[in-house]
Amino acid sequence: MLRARAGLLADIRTFFRQAGVLEIETPVCSRFGVTDPSIESFTTRYTGPAAAHGETLYLHTSPEFPMKRLLAAGSGPIYQICKVFRGGELGTRHNPEFTLLEWYRPGFDHFGLMDEVASLVNDVLPSSLPVEHVSYGEAFQRYLGIDPHAASAESLRQCAIDAGISDAETLSLDNADAWLDLLLTQRIEPHLGRERLSFLFDYPASQAALAKVRPGTPAVAERFEFYLEGIEIANGFHELTDAQEQQRRFEQENAIREERGLPTVPMDRNLLSGLASGMPDCAGVALGIDRLLMRVTDVASIEEVLAFPYLRA
Amino acid sequence: MASYSTSEFKGGLKIMMDGDPCSIIENEFVKPGKGQAFSRVKIRNLKTGRVLEKTFKSGESVEAADVMEVDLQYLYADGEFWHFMDPESFEQVSADEKAVGDAIKWMKEQDLCTITLWNGSPIIVAPPNFVVLTVTDTDPGLKGDTSGSGGKPATLESGAVVRVPLFVQIGEMIKVDTRTGEYVSRVKEG
Repeated sequence: MLRARAGLLADIRTFFRQAGVLEIETPVCSRFGVTDPSIESFTTRYTGPAAAHGETLYLHTSPEFPMKRLLAAGSGPIYQICKVFRGGELGTRHNPEFTLLEWYRPGFDHFGLMDEVASLVNDVLPSSLPVEHVSYGEAFQRYLGIDPHAASAESLRQCAIDAGISDAETLSLDNADAWLDLLLTQRIEPHLGRERLSFLFDYPASQAALAKVRPGTPAVAERFEFYLEGIEIANGFHELTDAQEQQRRFEQENAIREERGLPTVPMDRNLLSGLASGMPDCAGVALGIDRLLMRVTDVASIEEVLAFPYLRA
Repeated sequence: MASYSTSEFKGGLKIMMDGDPCSIIENEFVKPGKGQAFSRVKIRNLKTGRVLEKTFKSGESVEAADVMEVDLQYLYADGEFWHFMDPESFEQVSADEKAVGDAIKWMKEQDLCTITLWNGSPIIVAPPNFVVLTVTDTDPGLKGDTSGSGGKPATLESGAVVRVPLFVQIGEMIKVDTRTGEYVSRVKEG
């Protein structure tokens, strides 16, 4: 397994060297964190020169913000392989620290980047697989017969009950998006990536995260996720480059955090000024190396691909 | 009232569900990269034995079930209740027919049984994994056949019927695995 990991990392580096994408590093600790209410950051403290009384630092949950600052500064295409940290996540597919491959392609939209994800993954898998693209809307129609962009929380709840999801009747979820997450994880994801590479794209605008929203009926977020054997491997965006819109989303996410009694997180002002200074149009994606390694080596639990999983760390 | 949050879920944890004590068999953490996290658990209803799946929103809490397992000695049955005793404290509890269930056919006085107590009352009685019981009835079988192939039914002193090799005779003691109901070996009288 150690050799398989080393081999995978070497293959990835070769792929990007040949593609002319530059490997970079960015800080793990920052004064700013991620505001996304569904992601919990680890914090630590630094005390010393420049911070005599100590200050709180956030361990990154993805290297997205500083990588975008490099893009805004004119770095051109870049990639990074690093450990990231997320609180509250442990299971057969989750470990609180895990290895992420993240890369950005100026001039690409999310379709262009999906193609590059597919060629990278087919490069590292033992044998190459056919590629399937299915929009978020098509997937919900195909597997559940419902329009995810138009359905109300109540009709999604009914859909979950009809789909036989245990407890859907008594489960209390905050909004339509949480019901969509329930249906997606329990009734759609298991079908994706079976003997093929599946890309789910064009998410509800309410789940844009850091993606551009494409106006239309319905408006959709130019976001995609990539699946292998029912497991989400990567999440990508046609990146939001508008500083004002970015700030509005940060503020909105912190407001949701307050509503839910979660700690608010200082928004990354360095990113906002980077975006304001002129961020190139680009697409970016974060890919879980540990989960990809699970597929490459055909094992069922993330523990098996880690030298020392959380409980033995 | 004690309660557990979803992050405390793990196999063997006892929780209350729809008014019944349940045991978690399996807990799977499910979370889309950006979005709502869930715990999907398989639980066994300890009263009915039924296994069901439940989905919880991460961070939700459920009531803890006051359930514990103790090893108690089976004393006697009075027709309505089966009586057990803690061999150290000599405290006694009685279990009804529902709690005793299938264990009934394996239980012999003096045997140590594992009793699941809910709020202090027995809800499950599990016989020892292996019991030694006397054969009270079986066909004489063929003399000289020691191969054990085929076998025949034998009734034991506790009432259970198990398949035994042809050479086993009435009055002999045999060891049985109560989890599978299978014959293990003959036991020489001590």
